[in-house]
Amino acid sequence: MMKLATFRIGGVHPPENKLSANEPIIRLPLPKQLVIPLSQNLGAAPKPVVKKGDEVKKGQLIARGEAFISANLHAPASGKIAKIDDAVDSSGYRRMAIFLDVTDDEWMEGIDSTDELIHQNLPSSEVIRERIKEAGIVGMGGAAFPTHVKMMIPEEKKAEVLLINGVECEPYLTSDHRLMLEKTQEIILGIRILMKAIDVKRALIGVENNKPDAINRLQQFCNADNGIEVHALKVKYPQGGEKQLIKALLGREVPSGKLPIEVGCVVSNVGTAFAVYEAVQKNRPLIERVVTVTGKKLTKPSNFLVRIGTPMSALIEAAGGMPVDTGKIVNGGPMMGKALPTTDIPITKGSSGVLLVDQSESRRSTPNTCIRCARCVTVCPMGLEPYLLARISKLSLVERAEKERIMDCIECGSCQYTCPSALPLLDYIRLGKQRTASYLRNRK
Amino acid sequence: MNDILLFTLLTLCLLAIVLAVVLYFVAQKFKVIEDPKIDLVEDVLPKANCGGCGFPGCRNFAEVTVKAANENNSLGDLNCPVGGNEVMKQVASILGLEVQEKDPLIAVVRCNGSFAHSPAKVRFDGPASCAFAHQLFAGEGGCQYGCLGLGDCVASCIFDAIHMDATTGLPVVNDLCTACGACVKACPRGIIELRSKGKKDRRIFVSCINKEKGGPAKKNCEAACIGCSKCQQVCPHDAIVMANNLAYIDFVKCKLCRKCVEVCPTDAIHEINFPPRKPKLEYTETNTQPPGGHDRLEKVQPVQNKTVDIE
Repeated sequence: MMKLATFRIGGVHPPENKLSANEPIIRLPLPKQLVIPLSQNLGAAPKPVVKKGDEVKKGQLIARGEAFISANLHAPASGKIAKIDDAVDSSGYRRMAIFLDVTDDEWMEGIDSTDELIHQNLPSSEVIRERIKEAGIVGMGGAAFPTHVKMMIPEEKKAEVLLINGVECEPYLTSDHRLMLEKTQEIILGIRILMKAIDVKRALIGVENNKPDAINRLQQFCNADNGIEVHALKVKYPQGGEKQLIKALLGREVPSGKLPIEVGCVVSNVGTAFAVYEAVQKNRPLIERVVTVTGKKLTKPSNFLVRIGTPMSALIEAAGGMPVDTGKIVNGGPMMGKALPTTDIPITKGSSGVLLVDQSESRRSTPNTCIRCARCVTVCPMGLEPYLLARISKLSLVERAEKERIMDCIECGSCQYTCPSALPLLDYIRLGKQRTASYLRNRK
Repeated sequence: MNDILLFTLLTLCLLAIVLAVVLYFVAQKFKVIEDPKIDLVEDVLPKANCGGCGFPGCRNFAEVTVKAANENNSLGDLNCPVGGNEVMKQVASILGLEVQEKDPLIAVVRCNGSFAHSPAKVRFDGPASCAFAHQLFAGEGGCQYGCLGLGDCVASCIFDAIHMDATTGLPVVNDLCTACGACVKACPRGIIELRSKGKKDRRIFVSCINKEKGGPAKKNCEAACIGCSKCQQVCPHDAIVMANNLAYIDFVKCKLCRKCVEVCPTDAIHEINFPPRKPKLEYTETNTQPPGGHDRLEKVQPVQNKTVDIE
């Protein structure tokens, strides 16, 4: 057997625990009220264009992203705006959100509501980019970076290849996996649309080898005509990281502090490709996404298609209710996800999963002193020295942190996962990153 | 053999003399002329090197003061909060100047979200750092303005003046506080403020910085300021400012009459080091609206000279 490609340095292999891999995607019934946080994307939050008491139709614009890096928001269902007020979102803080009292589920006029596949008539790249922007599409992998910004390629650069991220290297999560199985043709169309938008002839889909069914299914629709190839990759975390994926698929290395376009790539998630298809061919804005609800003690780990703004409690209820000994509720996967203070937090464009960890597994071990074993250095996929960065961050030495390339950290958590002394390495590095970022901003 | 020894010794001596002469001239040429006053000023400073004055250390502060005295003939805003008026007087006398007496300040913790008032809804088990917890979530009690209770302020204090109270989970400032401002900078939520120490160490302040509306604020903490502005209406000295659903007492205008403390429905306004109140009934009978009623009250009741930490 041929050796499978992967990225070169670092990486870990945590237990996969893909409990919901065989569960088909189920559409969750609409809740009575949706809470749509304004800030769902990286960058500036969009400004509301509706006010209290307004009637909105499903798919209607409710907040417009005016800044350069921002994304539009649309009503996930028809109903009446109850209020625009603060609500706790996944940041753990109360921030501005639009409360929508749901009345029915009728699409706005001008939106194709059928499930029919539309192959023909791909519009021109300007139109595609405009529709992606209008539909408020963001990267569905987790970082929620507005996709239309990614599609704007600087004039002096040239994109050669589109990389599609179907890796889903986070343990437990299966939303991309199910999407690849069930919406294969839509995803392939979405990829063709993205290829046209950035004017490339070749696209590579990277899928980890633990999803052979998805690889087979995608392969059926890939051929020399459309220029799309599927590549099976060795199972290794964090392969889904943009830079790691480029290294694994193309063997190219993105220079420190630069974007993938520097090496001629644009990277997008399979979920994004699906959303792009819906937006361009069906004129549907991004108002729903697939979310994995999982956990070892959960009776029914599932994949749900949910509207943006549905509270996580509704998802947990649909998956069989919260187990009694739940210790932590994590938004996202176990490696990069964030523990949440309550279950009333709404699903946003970037939430890929809800993980319930039981008490025995959720407690952190007591940290010991660093024994200088350098395991964190070995596993760091960015070639950094996490023990050193953590120490520098603790002491707030921002200039030193900048020299040690703290801003290159992708916050994958491999260092903290592997540390035999259970040191909170990533926690401190995140803090240091934030401080360094604000220092760099002020210096400009 | 002897010749070699003699030769070596002589060479070394010669080298030493030549270099000494060179060094002498170099030292003359590059002599740093320093005002002798700098040393004198530095001697009277507390040498805590805390940075409370805004300069990297006591030596630097001494240099700046001497420079200011020479150039502007006044000390301006330069002040050593640790040494206080006494040290500043000495500094001024060395420099042949006068200083204005400044109100001594003290750090005040403006949060009353104790375990009892704001019970923990979740438990945080990450690293014990407020700065880290602050970027992660609102806090165990759910108040996004309140004290996180992980002790960044305690770690920042070099005077041992601030401690965590195990029963309330809030930091407590004691008399050792020099108002250097290290804890003010360390607190990611900006809860700690430097306020006037007040007459006889008596202080009144709003022990809350929650800017939310009354409902959400009260939901997370029983002792939150709900922005009802009752205190502002009752204040005879116009010392209370309402902004963002929050009352703030201006310590320059406040005359410590304690009227606001009585009307606060959530007990968010705190008084420190005041003598115990007379029973309310008697108080209202004897003086309905006495001018400076509390002065009289103090005379009747001898002041207990005890130090009470933040209640």
